[in-house]
Amino acid sequence: MAESASKAAPGERVVIGITFGNSNSSIAHTVDDKAEVIANEDGDRQIPTILSYVDGDEYYGQQAKNFLVRNPKNTVAYFRDILGQDFKSVDPTHNHASAHPQEAGDNVVFTIKDKAEEDAEPSTLTVSEIATRYLRRLVGAASEYLGKKVTSAVITIPTNFTEKQKAALIAAAAAADLEVLQLISEPAAAVLAYDARPEATISDKIIVVADLGGSRSDVTVLASRSGMYTILATVHDYEYHGIALDKVLIDHFSKEFLKKNPGAKDPRENPRSLAKLRLEAESTKRALSRSTNASFSVESLIDGLDFASTINRLRYETIARTVFEGFNRLVESAVKKAGLDPLDVDEVIMSGGTSNTPRIAANFRYIFPESTRILAPSTDPSALNPSELQARGAALQASLIQEFETEDIEQSTHAAVTTMPHVTNAIGVVSVSESGEEKFVPIIAPETAVPARRTVHLDAPKEGGDVLVKVVEGSTHINVIKPEPKAKEDGETKEKTEDADDDGDFDDDDEEEEEEEEEEEKREKVWKIGSTLAEAAVRGVKKGAKVEVTINVNTDLTVIVTAREVGGKGGVRGTLSA
Amino acid sequence: MNATVVSLPLPTLPEGWAAEKDFKAIGKLTQEGSSMRTLEPVGPHFLAHARRVRHKRTFSEDDRIQAQAKAKKIEQDSDSDISEEEDPMLLARDAKDWKTQDHYKVLGLSKYRWRATEDQIKRAHRKKVLKHHPDKKAAAGRADDDNFFKCIQKAAEILLDPVKRRQFDSVDEEADIPPPTKKQLAKGNYYELWGKVFENEARFSKIQPVPGFGNENSTREEVEAFYNFWYNFDSWRSFEYLDEDVPDDNENRDQKRHMERKNANARKKKKAEDNARLRKLVEEAQAGDERIKRFRQEANAAKNKKRLEREAAERKAAEEARLKKEAEERARKEAEEKAKAEREAAKKAKEAAKNAVKKNKRVLRGSVKEANYFVEGEASAATIDAVLNDVDLVITKIDADEIAALAGKLNGLTVADEIKNVWKEEVSRLVGAGKLKEGDIKALVA
Repeated sequence: MAESASKAAPGERVVIGITFGNSNSSIAHTVDDKAEVIANEDGDRQIPTILSYVDGDEYYGQQAKNFLVRNPKNTVAYFRDILGQDFKSVDPTHNHASAHPQEAGDNVVFTIKDKAEEDAEPSTLTVSEIATRYLRRLVGAASEYLGKKVTSAVITIPTNFTEKQKAALIAAAAAADLEVLQLISEPAAAVLAYDARPEATISDKIIVVADLGGSRSDVTVLASRSGMYTILATVHDYEYHGIALDKVLIDHFSKEFLKKNPGAKDPRENPRSLAKLRLEAESTKRALSRSTNASFSVESLIDGLDFASTINRLRYETIARTVFEGFNRLVESAVKKAGLDPLDVDEVIMSGGTSNTPRIAANFRYIFPESTRILAPSTDPSALNPSELQARGAALQASLIQEFETEDIEQSTHAAVTTMPHVTNAIGVVSVSESGEEKFVPIIAPETAVPARRTVHLDAPKEGGDVLVKVVEGSTHINVIKPEPKAKEDGETKEKTEDADDDGDFDDDDEEEEEEEEEEEKREKVWKIGSTLAEAAVRGVKKGAKVEVTINVNTDLTVIVTAREVGGKGGVRGTLSA
Repeated sequence: MNATVVSLPLPTLPEGWAAEKDFKAIGKLTQEGSSMRTLEPVGPHFLAHARRVRHKRTFSEDDRIQAQAKAKKIEQDSDSDISEEEDPMLLARDAKDWKTQDHYKVLGLSKYRWRATEDQIKRAHRKKVLKHHPDKKAAAGRADDDNFFKCIQKAAEILLDPVKRRQFDSVDEEADIPPPTKKQLAKGNYYELWGKVFENEARFSKIQPVPGFGNENSTREEVEAFYNFWYNFDSWRSFEYLDEDVPDDNENRDQKRHMERKNANARKKKKAEDNARLRKLVEEAQAGDERIKRFRQEANAAKNKKRLEREAAERKAAEEARLKKEAEERARKEAEEKAKAEREAAKKAKEAAKNAVKKNKRVLRGSVKEANYFVEGEASAATIDAVLNDVDLVITKIDADEIAALAGKLNGLTVADEIKNVWKEEVSRLVGAGKLKEGDIKALVA
């Protein structure tokens, strides 16, 4: 009864989108089909995923985060990734500075003093109870903002969430009196946020979603085919993330502090000092994303000594180089894992708070060709706030399905609907380039889910008349235009001399050499015409008219080709059985 | 479906190319490696895909059905909700009888009634005006046919004025849903039938929203909240609308006041009647409500359970107390008996010891007699007396054990010297121990 009571009728739902992150969470809703991220009571749109208890009062978000300095034992942070996990698969690294996770049977628990009485026993709270309490606060903030009790939500999750983690999240939300309409993957939410903009055009493209968060980074390669998204590859990383950047700043400033105050203790070895450093490092990092200079100041860092300093962006980028390069490798490995080349990527969507760092986006610019759009605030003025993408996507999805019956949602997300065959090779027609060569014009891109239907309009020959429509398969390959042989020789001789000088440096030099070569190399993607599927004739095309070719691929991989003159009658239609 | 425009020309048809229906199938789609992949169930395009797959529609079918659905929706919005057949009887009504007129029916809103929104009323009014305006009738050759138009204007006047509309709604009997009969209840769902009645009555509540009647699964709190609400129902229903006309002439003031008083009383009476009616309704619903019976039973069961538990606990405590008492009693008795036995044994031992001492004393005294009081021949009375006195003195000086030991030594001896030696030894031992003084014993050791 209680469960059914919490489920509002489809027409009476008040829905929001929630990004429940390991470091930060966001809530969003839609106004007239436009997503808007909601600020909580403190005015935060990125709400730290932290709960803290002081004298029996519950704090969440930024307020709770500030208690990491004064009250770390009764503060729970970074618990999203623990939800629904066995203790043995929990990574407690980030929990070190707050309440520690403990094993209790099948559950992971935190021991927290959440009662006001002085002598009250600390409570043992399961991670799902913590999640429930946190979600309740998020929903409360959203309800207050909207003036209506929020009943349902779409929540984003990482692509590698297990069924158990999903179930735990749904249960935790249900306990917070929140109906989960759907769990959607974070990269899909980010893509949806971009695709739902009114100015967006839906085309077939390969998108890399780089979700660089506080405690983890996930890179996903998606094929977006007329607004439907298929994940081609994902990589997850727990080494390169926002906290790693914070750590670089902490180390930098700690060393500076020790230099300024000889004889002082290392602030990194005192938990309280370290907590202060962490908070300040994060805000300095954010400031460095916005401006080229930032200050770093902590009062009473250790033993009553104050510390204040400044850093400029260039210095920061130098000391954080290893982390930035880690992000580069991560993105490259994801593209490689998908069996693609950077040239195949049409768009890079940068998501997550760390994506605000200008250097990371600039580095990605070098990985991908000119034609690839890098959607980050520093590289593209039309980019959306990377921290808000997922919440927006979730809110949009929530508004799309809010009137669905629960059963409809279940059926629509059923594997029979989501799992579809995808075409391997591109399907297109042969056209003639200016130089008179045959050229492949893709109509259906590879990795398109079937059933699929695409239409193109092609020019007819200048003088009109009868036209041949030759439907072929196509594939891409990367043409590498080697640099001039002379340069290569130079490199070789150089290498040889270096080799003679010092054997130990040989490997490094080799790599450098390759990098240099790669810079000079010209790489381009070319279409190769594959096997012919069908030929058709459109007769009597007028001069200067266009020919419309529609290709339909059914679930059983039969192909239906329709060709006609635009505005003309009749036309040719033929079926290729699978 | 938008087409992509490519500005590259297609090749011209080669000479001699021919095929049936101008189409030649040559190859097949590469299936090798055509993989099953999972789409992300996100976004409007995926939902469209899901719709097509679930209903097994092709692209063009789905496009058509979506378009139709959209078109139908727009049409519904505009018209269908306020198109009702016009009753010829209604059209013939006299506008002067507006008090008895059903305003909703006049506007064609009889299925909405109090639920009709202001927008619906306005639209309905406009529609009726367009149809029944007297100028239109005049154009059709029927001049001065504005009777029904007046009805429409009156209806709109009342329904678009919130105060007047409430007055009319208060007495709109057409909107009432009569309580279900026993026959209906026997056949239908109790909660559904009564639920409808209360939902309808709820329109009179000053407090909104009104708790629903619920169903058989409602919790006790919900049911109690429902009945509490309805027993304290605060209704805005009033009966001004049924007032008799007050004569509007200044001549007969008394008559006018009389009518006003009469109307006020009638309103009060009707209001009281209505409250009573509602109360009866609630009582009736409550009387047949299985849920209340069930809650009572559950409460009773809970109470009984408590009582039984208490009684069992009491019995158990009494039993334990009794057992404890018995055990104590037994222990006390055992201790008493033991003490008694011990006392008796001690008494016996004491007596035995006493007897032994007596016997030994006799042996001691006998021994001197056996030795003929240590004199030759007949002993004189004085001698006997002296010897016996000494023996008695010795006996008083030694304890029972020593007496026994002495008796043991003397027992069986018949020769006077031996007996005398034993006595001498004893006396000297006693003297040595300081119990006797030399000279106290004379006759015995002489």
